[in-house]
Amino acid sequence: MSMNEVIAVLAAIFVAPIIGGIVAGIDRKVTARLQGRYGPPLLQPFYDVFKLFGKEKMIVNYWQIICAYMYLAADVLTVVLLALQSDLLLIFFVLAVGGVFLVIGALAAESPYSQIGAQRELIQMLTYEPLLILVFVGIYLETGSFKISDIIANYHEPLLLSLPLLFVVLGYALVIKLKKSPFDIATSHHAHQEIVKGVLTEYSGPYLAIIEISHWYETVFILGLCALFWHTNFIWMAVLLVVTYFGEVLVDNICARLTWRWMLPHAWTGGLIMSFANYFWIYEKIK
Amino acid sequence: MKSFINKSRVKSPWLIHFDCGSCNGCDIEVLACLTPVYDIERFGILNVGNPKHADILVVTGTVNHRNKKALRNVYDQMPEPKVVVAVGACGTTGGIFREAYNVVGGVDKIIPVDAYVSGCAAKPESIIDGVIIALGKLAEKGKKVDQGIFERLENTQNFIKNR
Repeated sequence: MSMNEVIAVLAAIFVAPIIGGIVAGIDRKVTARLQGRYGPPLLQPFYDVFKLFGKEKMIVNYWQIICAYMYLAADVLTVVLLALQSDLLLIFFVLAVGGVFLVIGALAAESPYSQIGAQRELIQMLTYEPLLILVFVGIYLETGSFKISDIIANYHEPLLLSLPLLFVVLGYALVIKLKKSPFDIATSHHAHQEIVKGVLTEYSGPYLAIIEISHWYETVFILGLCALFWHTNFIWMAVLLVVTYFGEVLVDNICARLTWRWMLPHAWTGGLIMSFANYFWIYEKIK
Repeated sequence: MKSFINKSRVKSPWLIHFDCGSCNGCDIEVLACLTPVYDIERFGILNVGNPKHADILVVTGTVNHRNKKALRNVYDQMPEPKVVVAVGACGTTGGIFREAYNVVGGVDKIIPVDAYVSGCAAKPESIIDGVIIALGKLAEKGKKVDQGIFERLENTQNFIKNR
């Protein structure tokens, strides 16, 4: 392991949650401004998490503890693998394992709210995971490799220019993954939305804090994935990230919640059509 | 670290609103606190629907024999440190329903109350004031949680020793 890799891993473990927390703070502030409110301070997510760490440990059963920690471990690992410029498919599977542990923890409690939240989270995973795979396959068709280090070394123009439709598909998947409206079906960051709190109902105190931190890692991972679409120029990468994230917040605020019966067919048909249109484009270009 | 956690407790109180048999006057005023005019999220206050995530229990309305169990249950599900705010004339004392046959009285007949907000209906400003007073108590209780079980029971131990 070279020095650069050690630095990348340390940055992924220690800097990523700080960035994720600040992004969450900006998210809440922008959301409040879009709703005509003043909004909480920028560091509010950190206050929330530290408060939760100071709360009494209240659990329904021990599965919740191991599931919360496994969810955190999987999300940390995805960010570390991304920082090490590893294989996209490997990252994808680690991410899926994390999601499954969140669901198992919710299913371990007998509360009906937690159960229904877990079922909905499973449907959401069923919706966005094929879309993510389609995007990764598109990246492979265009660059000839699933490995991020190969893509950065051998591919010298922005991926967004050849994969614009797949970026929209990725946006679809990310709205679901970030738990934002109109797809915040399993749980939501806003008060008064999901049935009690959906999949997070039975997690409380320090364990909820762990899940919140995992969510920060996830945000960083998602931003990293978007950054891959303009890896050639740092300024344009930053512009792309800001525009994408602002787009997600905007969609979150202007959309009402949809049911899974709407989400599943529309995300799949829209995603499949756009993905295959983009595949044909790549095929024509190569030919 | 401990001091930052204590600061965070005051800066991030999540409240749960329990309607205990109110006429909905106070409930509407509690919800008005969330609107852009008052925007309690400025103080980091979130209105959560889950007692397991909440720090502050805001109770409106009188307690009667049917819902006192539900109130007790919601209170017991909240992890420590937690505080209770009783809102409105009914929540604090039982109000005009105090003498009714089915009414137990104010919220403090069932669970310990840390702040009382008067008014019928209580104004959003006074509800926010009541929550801020409760936050002071939350910080004190937070310190006790950090002390650990033996320090918390010290008074009881001394009492037993001196008996």
